[in-house]
Amino acid sequence: MSTTVTFSREIANLLHAAGGTPVSACMQCGTCSGTCPVGDFMDVRPQRLIRMIDAGLKDKVMATRAFWYCASCYQCTVRCPRGIDIAELMYGLKRYTIWKNQYPEDLIGPAFSETFVKTIVRTGRSYEPVLATSYFFTLGLKEMLAEAQNATMLMLKGRLPVLPARIKRLENFKRMIKRIIPIGD
Amino acid sequence: MTQKKFAYFPGCSLEKMAESYHLSTVEIARVMGMELKELEDWNCCGATAYFHVDELLAHTLCARNLAMAEKEGLDLVAPCSGCYKNMHACNAHLKKDHDLADHINFALEEDNLRYDGKIKVHHLIEVFSEDLKEVKAKATNPLTGLKVAPYYGCQILRPRKFEHENVEEPRYFEDLMSAIGATPVDFLLRLRCCGAALIITNRQAALSMVRNLLQNALDSGADVIATACPLCQVNLECYQEMVNTEFGTKFSVPVFYFTQLMGLSMGIPAKRLGIGTEFLSPPAAMLAACRKAAVV
Ligand code: SF4
Ligand code: SF4
Repeated sequence: MSTTVTFSREIANLLHAAGGTPVSACMQCGTCSGTCPVGDFMDVRPQRLIRMIDAGLKDKVMATRAFWYCASCYQCTVRCPRGIDIAELMYGLKRYTIWKNQYPEDLIGPAFSETFVKTIVRTGRSYEPVLATSYFFTLGLKEMLAEAQNATMLMLKGRLPVLPARIKRLENFKRMIKRIIPIGD
Repeated sequence: MTQKKFAYFPGCSLEKMAESYHLSTVEIARVMGMELKELEDWNCCGATAYFHVDELLAHTLCARNLAMAEKEGLDLVAPCSGCYKNMHACNAHLKKDHDLADHINFALEEDNLRYDGKIKVHHLIEVFSEDLKEVKAKATNPLTGLKVAPYYGCQILRPRKFEHENVEEPRYFEDLMSAIGATPVDFLLRLRCCGAALIITNRQAALSMVRNLLQNALDSGADVIATACPLCQVNLECYQEMVNTEFGTKFSVPVFYFTQLMGLSMGIPAKRLGIGTEFLSPPAAMLAACRKAAVV
Protein backbone atom coordinates (compact mmCIF):
# COMPACT_ATOMS: atom_id res chain seq x y z
CA MET A 1 0.00 0.00 0.00
CA SER A 2 1.46 3.31 -0.88
CA THR A 3 0.78 6.51 0.96
CA THR A 4 1.71 9.95 -0.23
CA VAL A 5 3.98 11.80 2.08
CA THR A 6 2.71 15.31 2.54
CA PHE A 7 5.08 18.25 2.35
CA SER A 8 4.72 19.14 6.04
CA ARG A 9 5.43 15.51 6.90
CA GLU A 10 8.48 15.56 4.67
CA ILE A 11 9.78 18.63 6.46
CA ALA A 12 9.04 17.10 9.86
CA ASN A 13 11.04 14.03 8.85
CA LEU A 14 14.04 16.17 8.09
CA LEU A 15 14.25 17.30 11.64
CA HIS A 16 16.21 14.96 13.72
CA ALA A 17 17.02 17.71 16.15
CA ALA A 18 13.54 19.09 16.58
CA GLY A 19 12.75 16.00 18.58
CA GLY A 20 9.25 15.65 17.37
CA THR A 21 7.08 18.72 17.88
CA PRO A 22 5.50 19.02 14.44
CA VAL A 23 4.54 22.32 12.86
CA SER A 24 0.90 21.32 13.16
CA ALA A 25 1.22 22.07 16.90
CA CYS A 26 1.60 25.76 16.05
CA MET A 27 -1.17 27.95 17.45
CA GLN A 28 -0.22 30.95 15.32
CA CYS A 29 0.49 33.13 18.35
CA GLY A 30 3.14 35.15 16.48
CA THR A 31 5.77 35.03 19.21
CA CYS A 32 8.40 33.76 16.78
CA SER A 33 7.80 36.53 14.26
CA GLY A 34 7.69 39.17 16.97
CA THR A 35 10.96 38.06 18.51
CA CYS A 36 12.96 37.43 15.34
CA PRO A 37 15.77 39.99 14.89
CA VAL A 38 15.85 39.41 11.14
CA GLY A 39 12.08 39.56 10.66
CA ASP A 40 12.16 42.93 8.91
CA PHE A 41 14.41 41.50 6.23
CA MET A 42 12.48 38.31 5.58
CA ASP A 43 10.01 38.02 2.73
CA VAL A 44 7.87 35.78 4.94
CA ARG A 45 8.14 35.88 8.72
CA PRO A 46 8.48 32.65 10.73
CA GLN A 47 4.85 32.48 11.91
CA ARG A 48 3.53 32.66 8.35
CA LEU A 49 6.19 30.36 7.01
CA ILE A 50 5.08 27.72 9.49
CA ARG A 51 1.49 28.20 8.43
CA MET A 52 2.52 27.73 4.80
CA ILE A 53 4.38 24.50 5.58
CA ASP A 54 1.45 23.19 7.56
CA ALA A 55 -0.87 24.00 4.67
CA GLY A 56 1.43 22.10 2.30
CA LEU A 57 2.20 25.10 0.10
CA LYS A 58 5.41 23.54 -1.12
CA ASP A 59 6.09 25.73 -4.16
CA LYS A 60 5.58 28.89 -2.19
CA VAL A 61 7.84 27.69 0.61
CA MET A 62 10.55 26.67 -1.83
CA ALA A 63 10.53 30.11 -3.41
CA THR A 64 10.91 31.83 -0.04
CA ARG A 65 14.18 33.39 1.06
CA ALA A 66 13.28 33.77 4.73
CA PHE A 67 14.96 30.65 6.05
CA TRP A 68 18.20 31.52 4.25
CA TYR A 69 18.13 34.77 6.20
CA CYS A 70 17.75 33.03 9.55
CA ALA A 71 20.78 33.77 11.72
CA SER A 72 20.25 30.71 13.97
CA CYS A 73 19.89 32.87 17.06
CA TYR A 74 17.35 30.45 18.61
CA GLN A 75 15.32 33.29 20.11
CA CYS A 76 12.15 31.90 18.53
CA THR A 77 12.95 28.37 19.66
CA VAL A 78 13.28 29.23 23.34
CA ARG A 79 10.13 31.35 23.29
CA CYS A 80 7.68 29.24 21.30
CA PRO A 81 4.92 28.26 23.74
CA ARG A 82 4.35 25.04 21.81
CA GLY A 83 7.95 23.90 21.93
CA ILE A 84 8.48 23.98 18.19
CA ASP A 85 12.17 24.20 17.38
CA ILE A 86 11.80 26.86 14.73
CA ALA A 87 15.52 27.54 14.35
CA GLU A 88 16.17 23.88 13.57
CA LEU A 89 13.24 23.95 11.20
CA MET A 90 15.00 26.77 9.31
CA TYR A 91 18.11 24.59 9.09
CA GLY A 92 15.96 21.73 7.82
CA LEU A 93 14.51 23.93 5.10
CA LYS A 94 17.97 25.06 4.02
CA ARG A 95 19.06 21.45 3.71
CA TYR A 96 15.88 20.53 1.87
CA THR A 97 16.34 23.23 -0.77
CA ILE A 98 20.03 22.37 -1.25
CA TRP A 99 19.13 18.74 -1.55
CA LYS A 100 16.46 19.53 -4.15
CA ASN A 101 18.77 22.08 -5.73
CA GLN A 102 15.94 24.60 -5.72
CA TYR A 103 16.53 28.03 -4.32
CA PRO A 104 16.47 31.60 -5.63
CA GLU A 105 19.67 31.96 -7.63
CA ASP A 106 20.86 35.25 -6.22
CA LEU A 107 21.14 33.92 -2.66
CA ILE A 108 24.67 33.89 -1.27
CA GLY A 109 23.92 31.43 1.54
CA PRO A 110 23.85 28.15 -0.44
CA ALA A 111 27.13 28.76 -2.31
CA PHE A 112 28.79 29.95 0.87
CA SER A 113 27.71 26.87 2.79
CA GLU A 114 28.80 24.51 0.05
CA THR A 115 32.23 26.12 -0.24
CA PHE A 116 32.58 25.83 3.50
CA VAL A 117 31.71 22.16 3.46
CA LYS A 118 34.18 21.44 0.65
CA THR A 119 36.95 23.17 2.58
CA ILE A 120 36.31 21.12 5.69
CA VAL A 121 36.01 17.84 3.84
CA ARG A 122 39.41 18.51 2.25
CA THR A 123 41.34 19.77 5.27
CA GLY A 124 39.34 19.27 8.47
CA ARG A 125 39.56 23.00 9.19
CA SER A 126 37.96 26.11 7.79
CA TYR A 127 39.97 28.78 6.00
CA GLU A 128 38.65 32.32 5.62
CA PRO A 129 40.36 33.36 2.34
CA VAL A 130 38.83 30.44 0.43
CA LEU A 131 35.41 31.18 1.87
CA ALA A 132 35.68 34.75 0.66
CA THR A 133 35.82 33.58 -2.95
CA SER A 134 32.31 32.19 -2.65
CA TYR A 135 30.76 35.60 -2.18
CA PHE A 136 33.33 38.26 -3.09
CA PHE A 137 32.32 38.47 -6.73
CA THR A 138 28.64 38.71 -5.94
CA LEU A 139 29.26 42.03 -4.20
CA GLY A 140 28.74 45.42 -5.80
CA LEU A 141 31.80 47.57 -6.45
CA LYS A 142 31.32 49.69 -3.35
CA GLU A 143 30.96 46.66 -1.11
CA MET A 144 33.89 44.96 -2.79
CA LEU A 145 36.12 47.90 -1.92
CA ALA A 146 34.89 47.97 1.66
CA GLU A 147 35.50 44.23 1.93
CA ALA A 148 39.02 44.55 0.50
CA GLN A 149 39.72 47.36 2.95
CA ASN A 150 38.61 45.16 5.82
CA ALA A 151 40.80 42.29 4.61
CA THR A 152 43.81 44.61 4.35
CA MET A 153 43.21 45.85 7.86
CA LEU A 154 42.95 42.29 9.19
CA MET A 155 46.16 41.40 7.39
CA LEU A 156 48.01 44.39 8.82
CA LYS A 157 46.86 43.38 12.27
CA GLY A 158 48.09 39.84 11.65
CA ARG A 159 44.58 38.44 11.81
CA LEU A 160 44.41 36.64 8.45
CA PRO A 161 45.89 33.17 7.99
CA VAL A 162 48.41 32.95 5.18
CA LEU A 163 48.21 29.20 4.73
CA PRO A 164 45.21 26.93 5.21
CA ALA A 165 45.42 24.78 8.33
CA ARG A 166 44.82 21.07 8.10
CA ILE A 167 44.41 18.30 10.60
CA LYS A 168 47.07 15.62 10.98
CA ARG A 169 45.09 12.43 10.55
CA LEU A 170 43.48 13.67 7.38
CA GLU A 171 43.33 10.30 5.65
CA ASN A 172 41.43 8.73 8.53
CA PHE A 173 39.20 11.79 8.62
CA LYS A 174 38.31 11.44 4.95
CA ARG A 175 37.53 7.76 5.35
CA MET A 176 35.35 8.63 8.33
CA ILE A 177 33.38 11.04 6.18
CA LYS A 178 32.96 8.42 3.47
CA ARG A 179 31.28 6.13 5.94
CA ILE A 180 28.58 8.77 6.36
CA ILE A 181 28.23 9.94 2.79
CA PRO A 182 30.10 8.39 -0.11
CA ILE A 183 31.81 11.33 -1.78
CA GLY A 184 34.12 11.47 -4.76
CA ASP A 185 37.81 12.28 -4.27
CA MET B 1 36.98 26.14 41.06
CA THR B 2 36.03 22.54 41.46
CA GLN B 3 37.26 21.27 38.14
CA LYS B 4 40.74 22.35 37.13
CA LYS B 5 41.57 20.45 33.98
CA PHE B 6 39.80 20.52 30.63
CA ALA B 7 40.28 19.49 27.03
CA TYR B 8 40.49 22.79 25.18
CA PHE B 9 38.96 23.16 21.73
CA PRO B 10 40.17 26.50 20.29
CA GLY B 11 38.23 26.30 17.00
CA CYS B 12 39.22 27.65 13.59
CA SER B 13 38.66 31.35 14.29
CA LEU B 14 41.03 31.40 17.24
CA GLU B 15 43.93 30.31 15.10
CA LYS B 16 44.28 33.70 13.44
CA MET B 17 41.22 35.94 13.20
CA ALA B 18 40.68 35.77 16.96
CA GLU B 19 44.17 34.87 18.08
CA SER B 20 43.92 37.47 20.84
CA TYR B 21 41.07 35.45 22.35
CA HIS B 22 43.28 32.36 22.37
CA LEU B 23 46.33 34.15 23.80
CA SER B 24 44.37 35.81 26.58
CA THR B 25 42.59 32.55 27.41
CA VAL B 26 45.87 30.71 27.85
CA GLU B 27 47.26 33.53 30.01
CA ILE B 28 44.35 33.77 32.42
CA ALA B 29 43.99 30.01 32.70
CA ARG B 30 47.59 29.90 33.89
CA VAL B 31 46.96 32.57 36.54
CA MET B 32 43.77 30.83 37.65
CA GLY B 33 45.63 27.54 37.96
CA MET B 34 43.43 25.89 35.38
CA GLU B 35 44.92 23.41 32.98
CA LEU B 36 43.65 23.69 29.41
CA LYS B 37 45.00 20.84 27.36
CA GLU B 38 44.54 21.60 23.67
CA LEU B 39 42.67 18.78 22.02
CA GLU B 40 45.14 16.98 19.83
CA ASP B 41 44.21 17.07 16.12
CA TRP B 42 40.80 18.70 16.62
CA ASN B 43 38.70 19.39 13.53
CA CYS B 44 36.25 22.15 12.61
CA CYS B 45 32.92 21.87 14.45
CA GLY B 46 31.01 22.49 11.22
CA ALA B 47 29.99 26.06 12.11
CA THR B 48 26.50 26.88 10.91
CA ALA B 49 27.28 26.18 7.28
CA TYR B 50 27.72 22.46 7.69
CA PHE B 51 24.31 22.08 9.26
CA HIS B 52 22.87 23.76 6.18
CA VAL B 53 24.09 20.91 4.04
CA ASP B 54 24.14 17.66 5.96
CA GLU B 55 23.07 17.19 9.55
CA LEU B 56 24.45 13.69 10.09
CA LEU B 57 27.88 14.60 8.81
CA ALA B 58 27.85 17.78 10.87
CA HIS B 59 27.21 15.74 14.01
CA THR B 60 29.97 13.33 13.02
CA LEU B 61 32.45 16.19 12.87
CA CYS B 62 31.46 17.30 16.38
CA ALA B 63 31.51 13.73 17.64
CA ARG B 64 35.11 13.23 16.56
CA ASN B 65 36.12 16.07 18.89
CA LEU B 66 33.97 14.72 21.72
CA ALA B 67 35.54 11.27 21.29
CA MET B 68 39.06 12.67 21.49
CA ALA B 69 38.24 14.53 24.69
CA GLU B 70 36.63 11.43 26.17
CA LYS B 71 39.76 9.46 25.35
CA GLU B 72 41.68 11.95 27.50
CA GLY B 73 39.09 11.56 30.22
CA LEU B 74 38.37 15.30 30.16
CA ASP B 75 35.37 17.56 29.73
CA LEU B 76 35.55 19.80 26.69
CA VAL B 77 35.68 23.57 26.84
CA ALA B 78 35.14 25.83 23.81
CA PRO B 79 35.67 29.61 23.68
CA CYS B 80 33.57 30.16 20.53
CA SER B 81 29.81 30.23 21.04
CA GLY B 82 29.15 28.54 17.71
CA CYS B 83 31.55 25.67 18.41
CA TYR B 84 30.15 25.40 21.91
CA LYS B 85 26.55 25.19 20.74
CA ASN B 86 27.27 22.63 18.06
CA MET B 87 29.20 20.31 20.31
CA HIS B 88 26.91 20.78 23.28
CA ALA B 89 23.87 19.95 21.14
CA CYS B 90 25.61 17.03 19.45
CA ASN B 91 26.55 15.67 22.86
CA ALA B 92 22.93 15.82 24.00
CA HIS B 93 21.71 14.05 20.86
CA LEU B 94 24.30 11.29 21.10
CA LYS B 95 23.48 10.63 24.74
CA LYS B 96 19.80 10.31 24.01
CA ASP B 97 19.73 8.66 20.59
CA HIS B 98 21.59 5.37 20.53
CA ASP B 99 20.92 4.67 16.87
CA LEU B 100 22.53 7.95 15.97
CA ALA B 101 25.45 7.17 18.27
CA ASP B 102 25.92 3.74 16.67
CA HIS B 103 25.89 5.18 13.21
CA ILE B 104 28.42 7.84 14.10
CA ASN B 105 30.62 5.42 16.02
CA PHE B 106 30.75 3.27 12.90
CA ALA B 107 32.28 6.24 11.07
CA LEU B 108 34.60 7.15 13.97
CA GLU B 109 36.16 3.67 13.76
CA GLU B 110 38.06 4.90 10.74
CA ASP B 111 40.01 7.17 13.06
CA ASN B 112 40.23 4.57 15.83
CA LEU B 113 37.83 6.55 17.96
CA ARG B 114 34.57 5.90 19.72
CA TYR B 115 32.28 8.07 21.80
CA ASP B 116 30.32 6.74 24.76
CA GLY B 117 28.69 9.94 25.96
CA LYS B 118 30.78 10.28 29.10
CA ILE B 119 31.86 13.92 28.97
CA LYS B 120 30.32 17.37 29.27
CA VAL B 121 30.80 20.39 27.04
CA HIS B 122 31.26 23.85 28.56
CA HIS B 123 31.62 27.34 27.22
CA LEU B 124 34.80 29.05 28.40
CA ILE B 125 32.95 31.86 30.14
CA GLU B 126 31.01 29.35 32.21
CA VAL B 127 34.09 27.76 33.69
CA PHE B 128 35.59 31.12 34.61
CA SER B 129 32.30 32.35 36.05
CA GLU B 130 32.03 29.38 38.32
CA ASP B 131 34.50 30.69 40.83
CA LEU B 132 34.07 34.42 41.16
CA LYS B 133 35.88 34.50 44.48
CA GLU B 134 39.00 33.18 42.84
CA VAL B 135 38.66 35.65 39.96
CA LYS B 136 38.33 38.49 42.44
CA ALA B 137 41.36 37.35 44.38
CA LYS B 138 43.49 37.29 41.22
CA ALA B 139 42.27 40.67 39.98
CA THR B 140 45.09 42.65 41.56
CA ASN B 141 44.88 45.34 38.86
CA PRO B 142 41.11 45.94 38.90
CA LEU B 143 39.54 47.78 35.96
CA THR B 144 38.12 50.55 38.10
CA GLY B 145 35.95 53.02 36.25
CA LEU B 146 35.63 50.91 33.09
CA LYS B 147 32.03 50.74 31.94
CA VAL B 148 31.47 47.46 30.15
CA ALA B 149 28.52 46.31 28.06
CA PRO B 150 28.49 42.54 28.62
CA TYR B 151 27.39 41.06 25.32
CA TYR B 152 26.11 37.51 25.59
CA GLY B 153 24.83 37.14 22.05
CA CYS B 154 22.97 33.96 21.22
CA GLN B 155 24.53 30.59 21.31
CA ILE B 156 26.16 30.56 24.74
CA LEU B 157 22.61 30.52 26.08
CA ARG B 158 20.29 29.32 23.40
CA PRO B 159 18.82 26.91 22.59
CA ARG B 160 20.14 25.37 25.75
CA LYS B 161 18.35 26.16 28.97
CA PHE B 162 20.81 26.56 31.79
CA GLU B 163 20.27 24.23 34.66
CA HIS B 164 21.00 27.00 37.11
CA GLU B 165 20.12 30.07 35.13
CA ASN B 166 17.32 31.45 33.05
CA VAL B 167 18.15 31.84 29.36
CA GLU B 168 16.23 35.11 29.34
CA GLU B 169 17.77 36.69 32.44
CA PRO B 170 21.38 35.59 32.82
CA ARG B 171 23.67 37.52 35.17
CA TYR B 172 26.97 35.68 35.09
CA PHE B 173 28.65 37.95 32.54
CA GLU B 174 27.78 41.02 34.61
CA ASP B 175 29.01 39.30 37.77
CA LEU B 176 32.26 38.35 36.11
CA MET B 177 32.84 41.95 35.02
CA SER B 178 32.10 43.19 38.55
CA ALA B 179 34.56 40.66 39.93
CA ILE B 180 37.40 42.22 37.92
CA GLY B 181 36.51 45.70 39.19
CA ALA B 182 34.73 46.95 36.06
CA THR B 183 31.20 48.36 36.05
CA PRO B 184 28.73 46.37 33.94
CA VAL B 185 26.16 48.70 32.37
CA ASP B 186 22.52 47.91 31.81
CA PHE B 187 22.80 46.70 28.22
CA LEU B 188 19.28 46.05 27.04
CA LEU B 189 20.17 44.21 23.83
CA ARG B 190 22.79 41.98 25.44
CA LEU B 191 21.02 38.80 24.27
CA ARG B 192 20.19 40.05 20.80
CA CYS B 193 21.87 38.46 17.77
CA CYS B 194 24.92 40.11 16.09
CA GLY B 195 23.85 38.87 12.68
CA ALA B 196 26.36 36.01 12.71
CA ALA B 197 27.04 34.65 9.22
CA LEU B 198 24.48 37.03 7.73
CA ILE B 199 27.36 39.50 7.58
CA ILE B 200 28.26 37.51 4.48
CA THR B 201 24.99 36.05 3.29
CA ASN B 202 22.73 39.05 3.94
CA ARG B 203 24.89 42.05 4.65
CA GLN B 204 22.03 44.56 4.79
CA ALA B 205 20.35 42.69 7.61
CA ALA B 206 23.55 42.07 9.54
CA LEU B 207 24.77 45.67 9.36
CA SER B 208 21.46 46.90 10.65
CA MET B 209 21.59 44.41 13.53
CA VAL B 210 25.12 45.53 14.39
CA ARG B 211 24.03 49.16 14.27
CA ASN B 212 21.24 48.54 16.76
CA LEU B 213 23.63 46.84 19.15
CA LEU B 214 26.26 49.58 18.93
CA GLN B 215 23.65 52.28 19.44
CA ASN B 216 22.22 50.50 22.45
CA ALA B 217 25.68 49.96 23.96
CA LEU B 218 26.41 53.67 23.59
CA ASP B 219 23.03 54.66 25.02
CA SER B 220 23.71 52.50 28.02
CA GLY B 221 26.90 54.45 28.69
CA ALA B 222 29.44 51.75 27.87
CA ASP B 223 33.10 52.50 27.12
CA VAL B 224 33.62 49.07 25.69
CA ILE B 225 31.69 45.97 24.63
CA ALA B 226 32.90 42.64 26.01
CA THR B 227 32.22 39.51 23.97
CA ALA B 228 32.62 35.78 24.42
CA CYS B 229 32.56 34.79 20.75
CA PRO B 230 34.87 35.49 17.80
CA LEU B 231 32.01 35.94 15.36
CA CYS B 232 30.36 38.57 17.57
CA GLN B 233 33.71 40.32 18.00
CA VAL B 234 34.39 40.50 14.27
CA ASN B 235 30.88 41.61 13.37
CA LEU B 236 30.74 44.30 16.01
CA GLU B 237 34.25 45.63 15.54
CA CYS B 238 35.54 44.94 12.06
CA TYR B 239 32.27 45.86 10.36
CA GLN B 240 31.73 49.01 12.38
CA GLU B 241 33.20 51.20 9.65
CA MET B 242 30.82 49.64 7.12
CA VAL B 243 27.93 50.42 9.46
CA ASN B 244 29.09 54.02 9.56
CA THR B 245 29.29 54.23 5.78
CA GLU B 246 25.92 52.56 5.36
CA PHE B 247 23.95 54.55 7.91
CA GLY B 248 25.96 57.78 8.18
CA THR B 249 26.70 57.08 11.84
CA LYS B 250 29.95 57.83 13.65
CA PHE B 251 30.39 54.80 15.88
CA SER B 252 33.76 54.06 17.37
CA VAL B 253 32.99 51.52 20.08
CA PRO B 254 35.88 49.26 21.12
CA VAL B 255 35.07 45.54 21.36
CA PHE B 256 37.25 43.18 23.41
CA TYR B 257 37.07 39.59 24.57
CA PHE B 258 36.13 39.11 28.20
CA THR B 259 39.38 37.17 28.60
CA GLN B 260 41.40 40.22 27.57
CA LEU B 261 39.66 42.28 30.24
CA MET B 262 40.19 39.55 32.82
CA GLY B 263 43.85 39.31 31.85
CA LEU B 264 44.38 43.04 32.28
CA SER B 265 42.78 42.90 35.70
CA MET B 266 45.28 40.20 36.62
CA GLY B 267 48.16 42.46 35.68
CA ILE B 268 49.15 40.56 32.55
CA PRO B 269 50.92 42.86 30.04
CA ALA B 270 48.65 43.96 27.18
CA LYS B 271 50.78 42.47 24.43
CA ARG B 272 50.50 38.98 25.86
CA LEU B 273 46.71 39.37 25.77
CA GLY B 274 46.73 40.22 22.07
CA ILE B 275 45.80 43.84 22.81
CA GLY B 276 47.06 45.84 19.83
CA THR B 277 45.49 43.67 17.12
CA GLU B 278 42.10 45.40 17.40
CA PHE B 279 40.74 47.89 14.87
CA LEU B 280 39.49 50.31 17.55
CA SER B 281 41.78 51.33 20.40
CA PRO B 282 40.98 50.63 24.04
CA PRO B 283 39.17 53.33 26.05
CA ALA B 284 41.00 55.46 28.66
CA ALA B 285 40.19 53.30 31.68
CA MET B 286 41.58 50.25 29.87
CA LEU B 287 44.71 52.09 28.80
CA ALA B 288 45.34 53.07 32.40
CA ALA B 289 45.09 49.41 33.38
CA CYS B 290 47.45 48.51 30.50
CA ARG B 291 50.08 50.94 31.82
CA LYS B 292 49.81 49.52 35.30
CA ALA B 293 49.92 45.95 34.01
CA ALA B 294 53.16 46.69 32.20
CA VAL B 295 54.92 47.60 35.44
CA VAL B 296 53.40 44.95 37.72
S1 SF4 C 1 5.86 30.92 18.47
FE1 SF4 C 1 5.40 28.76 18.09
S2 SF4 C 1 3.19 28.58 18.33
FE2 SF4 C 1 3.65 30.78 18.15
S3 SF4 C 1 3.40 31.21 15.94
FE3 SF4 C 1 5.55 30.73 16.26
S4 SF4 C 1 5.71 28.52 15.90
FE4 SF4 C 1 3.55 28.98 16.17
S1 SF4 D 1 16.52 31.52 14.90
FE1 SF4 D 1 16.16 32.44 12.91
S2 SF4 D 1 13.95 32.56 12.71
FE2 SF4 D 1 14.36 32.23 14.86
S3 SF4 D 1 14.41 34.27 15.76
FE3 SF4 D 1 16.53 33.76 15.22
S4 SF4 D 1 16.84 34.56 13.14
FE4 SF4 D 1 14.60 34.52 13.52
